[in-house]
Amino acid sequence: MCRLSAITSSEYISPMENILALETMKEGHDGSGMGLLLKNLGGEFEELKDYPILSGICSKDGLHALDSYMDNLGFQLKYTWTPKIKPVKGVERRDYYFARAYEYPDAFREKGIEEREALLMSTRIALRKMGEGDESIIVFSFYPDIIALKEVGDPLQLGEFFGLDTSTLKAKIILAQGRQNTNYAINLYACHPFFIQGYGSMTNGENTAFIPIREFLTSRGFPGYMGYNSDSEVFTHILHYTCRRLGYPLTYYKDIITPLKTSEIETRPDSEATEFLKISLRPLCIDGPNCVIGFTPDGTCFMVQDSKKLRPGVVGGVKGKFALMSEECGLDRAIPDRERSNDIFPMKYDMVVVSPGAEEVKVWNQLQGWTTTMS
Amino acid sequence: MEPASRLDHNYELTIKDFPYIIRWRDDRCKRCGRCTAVCPMLSIEPAVVVQRAVRSEGLTPEPKVVRKTVSVVRQTSDIGRYCTGCGTCTLVCPNDAIEPEYNPQHKFIFHKNRGGHPYRRGGRRNDPQPGTLDRLKFTRISMLTDPALDAGRHEFRIRTYLGRILPPDELPLKVVNGRLDVDKTLTDFIPPVREIYPVMIGSMSIGALSPTMWEGLAMGITYLNEVEGMPVVMCSGEGGMPARLLKSRFMKYFILQIASGYFGWDEIVRAIPHMVEDPCAIEIKYGQGAKPGDGGLLMAHKVLKLISEIRGVPMGVDLPSPPTHQTKYSIEESVAKMIQSMSMAWGFRVPVYPKISGSRTARAVLNNLVRNPFASALSIDGEDGGTGAAYNVSMDKMGHPIASNLRECYLDLVKQGKQNELPLIASGGVGKKGNLAANSAALFMLGASAVSIGKYIMQAAAGCLGDEYNRCNVCNIGKCPRGITTQDPKLYRRLDPDNVAERVVEVFKSLDVELKKIFAPMGRSTELPIGMSDGISADDPAVAERLEISYAC
Repeated sequence: MCRLSAITSSEYISPMENILALETMKEGHDGSGMGLLLKNLGGEFEELKDYPILSGICSKDGLHALDSYMDNLGFQLKYTWTPKIKPVKGVERRDYYFARAYEYPDAFREKGIEEREALLMSTRIALRKMGEGDESIIVFSFYPDIIALKEVGDPLQLGEFFGLDTSTLKAKIILAQGRQNTNYAINLYACHPFFIQGYGSMTNGENTAFIPIREFLTSRGFPGYMGYNSDSEVFTHILHYTCRRLGYPLTYYKDIITPLKTSEIETRPDSEATEFLKISLRPLCIDGPNCVIGFTPDGTCFMVQDSKKLRPGVVGGVKGKFALMSEECGLDRAIPDRERSNDIFPMKYDMVVVSPGAEEVKVWNQLQGWTTTMS
Repeated sequence: MEPASRLDHNYELTIKDFPYIIRWRDDRCKRCGRCTAVCPMLSIEPAVVVQRAVRSEGLTPEPKVVRKTVSVVRQTSDIGRYCTGCGTCTLVCPNDAIEPEYNPQHKFIFHKNRGGHPYRRGGRRNDPQPGTLDRLKFTRISMLTDPALDAGRHEFRIRTYLGRILPPDELPLKVVNGRLDVDKTLTDFIPPVREIYPVMIGSMSIGALSPTMWEGLAMGITYLNEVEGMPVVMCSGEGGMPARLLKSRFMKYFILQIASGYFGWDEIVRAIPHMVEDPCAIEIKYGQGAKPGDGGLLMAHKVLKLISEIRGVPMGVDLPSPPTHQTKYSIEESVAKMIQSMSMAWGFRVPVYPKISGSRTARAVLNNLVRNPFASALSIDGEDGGTGAAYNVSMDKMGHPIASNLRECYLDLVKQGKQNELPLIASGGVGKKGNLAANSAALFMLGASAVSIGKYIMQAAAGCLGDEYNRCNVCNIGKCPRGITTQDPKLYRRLDPDNVAERVVEVFKSLDVELKKIFAPMGRSTELPIGMSDGISADDPAVAERLEISYAC
């Protein structure tokens, strides 16, 4: 079972904090990979918030192809970040790891956000397809203020490999996953966290309902719902579908993936609407075992459990810094000086929501509504 | 010389030509006559024969030939009264002196067309081979990273939806203060949806079934709904329902069927203003898996007083339903108009859906329905379904297996993104080999939202004797030895409706446990595993390829 570590902070933090937290939960991952997703970037990227950042891995040939493709589209390279690779035994080095900020093509500079987002997504998909056959181009994200970094190996070793301890790469929201491979083949694309148009998530568990969910999403006619090297990628896409495509508030994500019984729905003030969701979005119901941690474009972070609460998960911290972890030991490592009695262990009806800027923590309960806050 | 007419026995049959041979034991038989009295086919009869015996009675052997007259039980070689192997004689025999034995070398089918009348029967397809559903196994079992759920402890919700489901982007919802509310200003049609148990009792009419059988089924599902909390529903079949039931609160447990004969619909239409509950749904029958493209037939001897009253027809006449709805020009027009008018009759509060035979044309019907916002589902009945009366050739040789037919329909919906909008109901051979839960679960994973059963429930709840070796299968002549498919009081009084109801409840409760035992290790508990095709494998690569599932050997 994978281990997850997400930290949201009002100050910029280093991804090493997440990696060290993952290290305390080491028995839970097999070192088959680590993924990092950074949002609200600091350091050199702090000045580049409006520019989309392409993050991924290339071979030498792939880099030429990528440059030529981006040039043709009219993207102008503004800034490139590459990790200072420190060879580590057990981690096979690839040619080129990058996070590159681009200026939009001229034709898009005056366009609205939706058109820009569509362009970024179609570019990312095209690049992914270009390099899919020979792994010459692997792209994880292409969006403003977001960087994704993934590689096969043990999280701590990878932190060293990427030189993250000395790097200037910092962010206010960082998601990290240490993998326990449940997808048969070790595939970089299968590594969490996943990202699409401002929404990111990672999952602790295995999605038994993967096939019907994948079929439902891919048949929505939205080009971004593709890939699925991991059964967990659908959680990010369900989140995007719920909040972005359907325009529902975040709490309904919980109602969609873990619908209530009819008798329970009847107790809710929005019972009529919730019953509609349960029926119309039936294929998106998960049965777990899953704990999902993610964020939305405004910087809200959340943790949500499957309807049986089959996976561990804990949220805690202090105002200005909260961590959402698989296990308490990870939380102890990330935020040791918190009030432990305020830690929240979300149960089957709960969704823990940390507001943007790590201001406060609320718990949304499917039956009781907003019941607990920590600020 | 003997005249040829006396030498020619070529038009007579020997007992060896028959599918079942009666094994009668002279030494055990006490000549009580029960077997001959109970035989529905009159295949056995008491007879008197003269037997030659050699005896010696003195102190020294002095064999003498004596002849004596004895009574025996004889099997007739009249093909009109062939032994169906039902075994009722064995049931009533006090001394185990008689039983029919299957004769695999029989030549019955070559001869059962006397008078130019093709062989007709009820029952099931004569194919003892396991169907595709029995060749599927559940191979995706949760183990290490993904522990299995506990079928005994975890909460399961084995339910499905019957009715057209609105796609999420068409829901009449709006966000108000961070909450979703139903937008009452929108006047778009919201189709009715029922939450039901995913295994339903399929269409078997009052008329085809005996009063005791039908009553037993009805009582069984009522108990399941009201006591066990399992929303099992059953379809009325063509021919209507008793007026008292139509006007009762139990109506919500029944799906009313309208077929091309429209039998019983005068009574139903008259009852509508007095109905206190809407029916669960309306099923429009266009075809039946056991005899696709063929009409229904309730034979005259089944049309007794009760049936004639319910159906609104004279007593003692054949009631043929044509193979198509004669008042309509085309299937598209028929489906659209029937669905529209049936929906309208109940104020658009009741789901209305058609039932068709499994066929390569099923996808055409499906696509027609996808574009009809009032169509609530599609029921597809595969070739292994049963029937009360049909030509043998139709039953044995016509039709499409349900597994691949359903699968291609489901995948067609997936391509269009409509897989959750139009539920598919599958039937035809579900539980043919007794594996009701496994067959049903396999169909869900292939894409069915619900499953219909008929033969299985007759076999399990009332002990129907029929099988795929042409055993019994005389549902058509009103002589059902179990009293299931007959209107003859002497026969149907053999069946206690309370016992049938009790068995129905037992069957569904145990089915529920078995379904949990399948779903739990696969990690499914809150919703049905509809379309979870990675969960199953076929033992044949060609089957696997056709169904687009994995192959395991």
